[in-house]
Amino acid sequence: MTADFLTLSNLTKSYPRVIANDHVSLSIKPGQIHALLGENGAGKSTLVKIIYGLVQPDEGEMQLAGQPYQPQSPAQARAQGVGMVFQHFSLFESLTVAENVVLGMENSPPLSLLQSRITEVSQAYGLPLDPRRIVRDLSAGERQRVEIIRCLLQDPKLLIMDEPTSVLTPSEVEILFKTLRKLSAQGTAILYISHKLEEIRQLCDEATILRRGRWVAHLDPKEKTANELAELMVGATLNAPQRHKRTQGPVTLAVKGLSQPPLTPFSPALKNISFTLQQGEILGVAGVAGNGQDELQLALSGEALSAAGTLYLGEKDISQMGPNARRSLGLASAPEERLGHAAAPDMTLVENALLSASARLALAKYGLINWSKTRNFAGEIIAKFDVRTPSTEVVARALSGGNLQKFVVGREIMQKPKLLIINQPTWGVDAAAASAIRQALLDLAAQGAAVVVISQDLDELIEISDQFAALYEGGLSEPCPIEDLSFEEIGLLIGGVQSRENTHATA
Amino acid sequence: MLQLEKRPNPSRFWGRATPVLAVFLTMIAGSILFALLGKNPFIAMRTIFWDPILGEYAFYFRGQLLVKAGPLILIAIGLSLGFRAGIWNIGAEGQYIMGAIFGAGVGLALYPMEGWFIFPLMVLAGVFGGWLWAMIPAILRTKFNTNEILVSLLLVYVAEALLASMAVGAMRNPQGNGFPGSRNLSQYPSAANLEIWAGTGIHWGVIAATGAVISAYFLLQRHILGYHISLSGQAPKAARFAGINPNKMIVICLGLSGALAGAAGLFEVAGPAGQISIDFNVGYGFTAIIVAFLGRLHPVGIALAGLLMALTYIGGENASTALGLPAAAIQAFQGMLLFFLLGVDILTNYKIKWIKGRWK
Repeated sequence: MTADFLTLSNLTKSYPRVIANDHVSLSIKPGQIHALLGENGAGKSTLVKIIYGLVQPDEGEMQLAGQPYQPQSPAQARAQGVGMVFQHFSLFESLTVAENVVLGMENSPPLSLLQSRITEVSQAYGLPLDPRRIVRDLSAGERQRVEIIRCLLQDPKLLIMDEPTSVLTPSEVEILFKTLRKLSAQGTAILYISHKLEEIRQLCDEATILRRGRWVAHLDPKEKTANELAELMVGATLNAPQRHKRTQGPVTLAVKGLSQPPLTPFSPALKNISFTLQQGEILGVAGVAGNGQDELQLALSGEALSAAGTLYLGEKDISQMGPNARRSLGLASAPEERLGHAAAPDMTLVENALLSASARLALAKYGLINWSKTRNFAGEIIAKFDVRTPSTEVVARALSGGNLQKFVVGREIMQKPKLLIINQPTWGVDAAAASAIRQALLDLAAQGAAVVVISQDLDELIEISDQFAALYEGGLSEPCPIEDLSFEEIGLLIGGVQSRENTHATA
Repeated sequence: MLQLEKRPNPSRFWGRATPVLAVFLTMIAGSILFALLGKNPFIAMRTIFWDPILGEYAFYFRGQLLVKAGPLILIAIGLSLGFRAGIWNIGAEGQYIMGAIFGAGVGLALYPMEGWFIFPLMVLAGVFGGWLWAMIPAILRTKFNTNEILVSLLLVYVAEALLASMAVGAMRNPQGNGFPGSRNLSQYPSAANLEIWAGTGIHWGVIAATGAVISAYFLLQRHILGYHISLSGQAPKAARFAGINPNKMIVICLGLSGALAGAAGLFEVAGPAGQISIDFNVGYGFTAIIVAFLGRLHPVGIALAGLLMALTYIGGENASTALGLPAAAIQAFQGMLLFFLLGVDILTNYKIKWIKGRWK
């Protein structure tokens, strides 16, 4: 039996009002792929930040290769063989791959030498990447490879990967997994953070589960079902959302050749998007981030106007109407960014209830706000959607991500819309809240509303949508019934391959 | 060592207590300053804060207090609406001058006719003048995305030049023996904005300022427009999500602040100042910016801040004549007030915590 490469014993780190890590212990052997599982706020990020030297623990000890290990900074951690690939990349868009790598190095070799090293490493680990390309032109998967190679050049003994697959297409995920397995075979330990359970069951040898800062279990993920893992994470039994039988009615939303120039120099244009959506139908829109999700959301919600004759709600042309005119006709929307877009961070929940509901629920008459009616509405949302908050007078930023998302989704659903546009409904939300939100969307459709769900979480879309389409560089694939698609076909659609020969054009 | 810790919710207590704390700290720092200048700090503080209200000659100062606070509050209320929305009108001084020129222009044009409608007409003209001047940065911002801070500020100097040319040109008193300056409106009964109750300092401008405080309070508490103003400033993206047109907000906020500044200019020119003269404007438009922040952009706060600011002016003048304090020291004292206010503001959103022996 080989000795552990990294051991953490009784690590504790507390922040004001919350203990992020409460006596957490963990050990990783060389070559092991170790999963760190937990909901948002379970303390995964704090734990890896401690290992990577970004945060110092209040208590506890760490040992690396048998020696006491107390990194004071990421540079020290790197020097001792610990590398980390963050969820959010830190790359300069206008520089080449090699130039970006140089910027992260303490003593960098000449650029030409580095370029050949990058090519060498990328070939050795099966990560195709041309060091001379400009980062701006790279896909998310390729950008991640830059980050991985940047780490590999330092020859790490432990590689930490924080939610690496959240921005990847299925085929890119496969390439990544091959690389990670190769690294592990060569003896590199990998600490893999994710909440995608199937992935973890495929890839990892061992898993440590955290819940609210505490160690919960240490197990072999291959011996458990995804549902068992989820229940350990949440600490409660989870019910899969129930689909209702629904009768589909007349067309609610018709999009006819919607195009839009880029809103900013770095955002994609919308290209000739067409689809129709019937009453009671849920359209799932997949795609890798930055392929037009926000733009589609803004165009449908009315925050960006579009050319006349491109958007119809029922029989009515809504292309030129602003958000409130559309709301009065029965459209509701929930954008991706909760704080700052869907809700004002420093306003109370009552004030935030007014934000999008004043038009449809007549919360203001002749400009006079009916605060008691608004307060009641906020109270109803909190009660019905199980928003955990001490009162309605709390500011939005004081709520956790999941609770605020439940509030935002509840606010829109309780306006009884005919059409709901929702972007990333469960992003960063814990499993229990996510399943409640998905159920709410299914219930809304069952009551006859049409729903457009834009999401990067494929499992979510498969779980709740009737029709499926993918956004790629601002264009939308033709929607087709989700049960007709294989996982491979979905992957191809997300990657922009439109080779489906109209087999499902009848959808 | 001391460490700042963000509060989950802004503290209501400190939101109200910080202005008081700031005044208190200003008194301490001011006392040190005056002591270094060789003056008795207690007497200096008494001369500034006590004498104008309750001292032997308070009857003279008290009237002055409202005369000075009136325009400050009126202008600051208008500015505060824009500041809440993230629209920075720095040129209230210019709008104030234009209000005076337009309003006085109407009065001078009708001289020597008498009639009840003349003064209201002048008020309307004053409001229009201020609004018009504020529309220049508003339109430039909405059409060409120019910066309203710079445009409104630079227009102050244009307005000053216009004022000077009016005082020696078109509006000069034909019976003024060639001296610059217009006819004295306070001696023209239909146009004069006189004290309504003798000795109080209350003229129509003070009444208008009171009305503005009450209206702004109502607007912010109960009206959807007030909500939209706050929302635009706090979360511009959320405001767009709520269906608010940002350009409309810019036009409304700059328009309102310009109109109120214009009204303040008219009340001043028809009353305490009396005439259009080269040195008509004394910086109310700029001081009102301080008043707006000192009052935390809250209407009631602004009313109190306007009175306090007027008091430091009057008390400061009193101190410089009575104690021979240099004018610069009084200005430094007023600057300290703003400095401390912004400094202790951090307590609203942060807690100070003492942490033992952990040096970063």
